[in-house]
Amino acid sequence: MAHEHKLAIFRGTLKFKSNVTKIWGVFVFLSIVTIIEVALGILKPEFLTETRFLAMKLLNWIFIILTLVKAYYITWDFMHMRDEKSGLRRAVVWTGVFLICYLILILLIEGDYIYEVYKNNYVKFDF
Amino acid sequence: MDTTVAKTGTEGKTWGGGNKPLNASYGKMMMWFFIVSDALTFSGFVAAYGFSRFKFIDAWPIADEVFTHVPFLHGVPAPMYYVAFMTFILIFSSVTMVLAVDAGHKMQKNKVIWYMFATIIGGAIFVGSQAWEWATFIKGDYGAVETKGGKILQFLDTEGNRVALADFTEHIPSAREVHLEKNGVWYDAEETQTTFTFEEVKAGFLANDNLLVRTQYYDENGEPTVLSREESVAKIVNDGKLVVEGANLKHNEYGHPLFADFFFFITGFHGFHVFTGVLINIIIFFNVVIGTYERRGSYEMVEKVGLYWHFVDLVWVFVFTFFYLV
Repeated sequence: MAHEHKLAIFRGTLKFKSNVTKIWGVFVFLSIVTIIEVALGILKPEFLTETRFLAMKLLNWIFIILTLVKAYYITWDFMHMRDEKSGLRRAVVWTGVFLICYLILILLIEGDYIYEVYKNNYVKFDF
Repeated sequence: MDTTVAKTGTEGKTWGGGNKPLNASYGKMMMWFFIVSDALTFSGFVAAYGFSRFKFIDAWPIADEVFTHVPFLHGVPAPMYYVAFMTFILIFSSVTMVLAVDAGHKMQKNKVIWYMFATIIGGAIFVGSQAWEWATFIKGDYGAVETKGGKILQFLDTEGNRVALADFTEHIPSAREVHLEKNGVWYDAEETQTTFTFEEVKAGFLANDNLLVRTQYYDENGEPTVLSREESVAKIVNDGKLVVEGANLKHNEYGHPLFADFFFFITGFHGFHVFTGVLINIIIFFNVVIGTYERRGSYEMVEKVGLYWHFVDLVWVFVFTFFYLV
């Protein structure tokens, strides 16, 4: 029955009494994450834009990770993925995540390669 | 539970939905698979944006300098605030949607009506905001000059503040006659003219010694390169070609035209989704009002449009990050 909801988030650390309070709880959490994102986007703290980790600014890592966190809670709690059978969950999430990661990896590497060729006017690496 | 779902004419057949594979009804599962395919379409757009951005990584416009406007606050630079507001509107309309779904599970018709209504209003505010954002972007801000190679040159004073074209352009009187369709057999209407011609901007630039040119390329500190006065004059005189005001699919005063193209395509495609989401929500809203789902004994239809609506919110979370933050 669709009426049963799993009411715990954060791996069970936060349990809600009813589905409605859980919805408001998730909303508060998403709002906090968004406020953090916007604040960082306006302030752009220097130590986050100077430091790089795996060729990307620390600030951008934070933005992307926070985005994925938000996406998780929207899918799991607003779209009720938490309550679906694991078969449906995997069919949807794994397919999407795998294909999107592959697409992004391929296109970003290609884009960077073209940038280097434009900049240096010679082939960067020859297969 | 069988009686609560709309009949599809395939009851009892394994893949007809009557048996509820994965414990999800036919409609709900198909909505999920539609969402997967739609998510891949959006990823294609966003990945293509990433591709072009990496291709021109040293000359990509800074979103903070592009989207600085808030309605009713003219001339107050406020980067991010308006998009943040739009994000909250969309998240909040997601909340009212999921509350409508929850009320539907409990068969509380009036609550479903009010929550659906709030969701529709939220969606309408979002679409309106996006239209405003587009209009501001198309109209432009300071104006710029495009070089023969299609690069953008923006104007600064010696303190580093942006200067609008209107502030220094010298008016050069010229007689300009518009050719009309009745004048010729092979007639093409002219394109929209900019407020100033390139010659007027050039004359004004040469007459004002305190003006400098900023290129779209980043220096080693990650700031757009500002040329010295001599370099600026040489650049404008030798390479300048066109005046650009605002942005369209061919020219973009903020920087690379691809930035504008992707902005229009990605936020446009997303806005189209929000728009259709609002329409579908309105249809379901009236169905709730006239009691269709009350008679059917299940509000699952609200849940299905809810999935679509949350998906639209989910996409915006990514668009927000990759267009405005990163």
